[in-house]
Amino acid sequence: MTTKNIIQLSELDGKLKNKQWALAFALVILFTLTFLIPHYGLLNEYIQLTIIYIGINIIMALSQNMINGYMGDFSLGHASFMLIGAYVSSILTVWVFPNNWNPILTSIILFPVSVTAGGLAAALLSLIIAFPSFKTRGGYLALVTLAFNMICVSVVQNIEAIGGGRGFMGMEKLTTMPWVFIWVLIAVWVVRNFVYSNFGRGVVSIREDETAANLVSVNTKQVKVLTFVISSFLAGTGGALFAHVLLFITPKTFQLQKNVDFLVMVYLGGMGSIGGSILGAVTYTVILELLREALSILGTMPIFAGIPSLEVWRWVVAPLLLILLMIYRHEGIMGFREFGFIVPYRDRFGACFWLKKGRAN
Amino acid sequence: MSFFFQQLLNALQVGTMYALVSIGYTMVYGVLTMINFAHGDIFMVSSYFAFFFSIFFLRMTSHFPSFLVFPTIVLVTVILTSFLAIIIERLAYKPLGSASKFSAIITALSVGILLENLVLALIGPEPHQIPPLIPDVVYNLQGVAFSSFQVLILAVSFLCMYILDFIVYRTKVGMAMRAISFDKTVVPLMGVPVDRIIEVTFALGAAIAAVGGIIFGSVYSLDPYMGIRIGWWAFIAAVLGGIGNVRGAMIGGLILGGVEIFVVAYTTSAYRDFVAFAILLLLLVFRPTGILGKSQIKKV
Repeated sequence: MTTKNIIQLSELDGKLKNKQWALAFALVILFTLTFLIPHYGLLNEYIQLTIIYIGINIIMALSQNMINGYMGDFSLGHASFMLIGAYVSSILTVWVFPNNWNPILTSIILFPVSVTAGGLAAALLSLIIAFPSFKTRGGYLALVTLAFNMICVSVVQNIEAIGGGRGFMGMEKLTTMPWVFIWVLIAVWVVRNFVYSNFGRGVVSIREDETAANLVSVNTKQVKVLTFVISSFLAGTGGALFAHVLLFITPKTFQLQKNVDFLVMVYLGGMGSIGGSILGAVTYTVILELLREALSILGTMPIFAGIPSLEVWRWVVAPLLLILLMIYRHEGIMGFREFGFIVPYRDRFGACFWLKKGRAN
Repeated sequence: MSFFFQQLLNALQVGTMYALVSIGYTMVYGVLTMINFAHGDIFMVSSYFAFFFSIFFLRMTSHFPSFLVFPTIVLVTVILTSFLAIIIERLAYKPLGSASKFSAIITALSVGILLENLVLALIGPEPHQIPPLIPDVVYNLQGVAFSSFQVLILAVSFLCMYILDFIVYRTKVGMAMRAISFDKTVVPLMGVPVDRIIEVTFALGAAIAAVGGIIFGSVYSLDPYMGIRIGWWAFIAAVLGGIGNVRGAMIGGLILGGVEIFVVAYTTSAYRDFVAFAILLLLLVFRPTGILGKSQIKKV
């Protein structure tokens, strides 16, 4: 290696490290903003609520992307993980934990515990569909997960103690912007570290060819179980956050349609990409909210006064969007590419190094 | 004992309906190895077609002999539903080309949700029922009651299943379908128009589901979301019989009809869906090829 190359390398090193500082700085500012916005009412309530939903959707899209994008399996069961997380955490906060604590203490100590418990419960139940995934793949695994979803909904509907089909309520509004921000950060951090670890390379190798991955001594069973558990843990936390912002959950909320939402986000943003999931969740939620606004404005017009079902058209446009997406750009916005700042330092450094070396030669 | 036979008759009636719908799933899977999740909703739309035509033709009884009403409605509904299936295939599935299988699954799911909500937006959520199409006479055979309409629909369903079986196993088109499901790369080289055969498959599946739709609409009430449950049960029937196998789908439909009726008759109706999906889950894990399906060896 020549001296020139070494100098270039150290420059590169500095540049990348500077960017990391910039990222940390941006995160701190964003985190401060999540406190300031609700406190001073910088944005109106509706936009704040939309931001919270965007955060939850980012978590769900990341979780779905781990299975659909990175592992190449097809899960339709993430809504049921969300259901489990939502119910377990709500039951904890309403019935198990004391209600007469100081609200700040409840928010700081009890809420994260209940969200984590929701995630853990979902992770435990995900084993039920992790094991069939050893044997079946593709369309059939989609069915196994879907059957799992239907069973979960049916079981919860039949348990009268937690409200059955009428739903469960009584939660306080504990999901605040800082908490959503923290959980989104945790989700991004976990998925990124997992995907760029040795296990993560195993996951991607399963996507490309499972038999070949087995031959190069990837422990496919271990990797699959781990991916399912982590993914459903994230989905469970998403569900817990969702329950504490909606304040009323019914099993019907978590049916297939809910899962279609997450699929749209993943495929809109791009499979196998953390940045894609974030972009997909933001774009899809904003588009749907804008559509809702547009339709409600249309509803006030005298021509449409007789039609009460304008809200339904939202659900006509969303699947249409997905069909068009599949036909014209089925790899999504990012499509297996990634934002630079998400890729770990050593991977990016290596990539830049080899690129420069290639050019020098 | 008469209770048992009464339930058996009900099971036969529900089972033939599932069989009619599940044939569409199994045929499309055989040809395209794609699960057409929108099939249940095509069935729902066909039921609405039947509803509108029955109202239309029953208003026109003064110009129209009444014994022709039922056959006409069946014919018109079947033709329209086939056209709907062909349109969906051309607009949504064909442009996917050789994109990944996941794209096909997502497109099919979206088409289903689109149809449901389109019907919901255009017609509304109120349940409707197809008015009685033939004069209803109830017979009683040693405590087992059955109506003339039940006899008619059982006859029509079995006739349709026989016709379909004949098409798939005895005609040139059916031979082409089975050939495509056997080997997709070689068949076009033998001069089989694959695109045309795929369209015919979609149309045939939708046509036979439309017969089920007419039956469902005259016995139960129709609403925009009815296709979801029937679609899933029919799909489970197709998997139970061995997906890709037409006769298997018929057997699976009859078995599942029996399961549904007897679970409700001897326990409570709350566990109906639970039992069906538990069967599906166990089946997929332990015997994914179903009753009549052949197991396949995956090559690298």
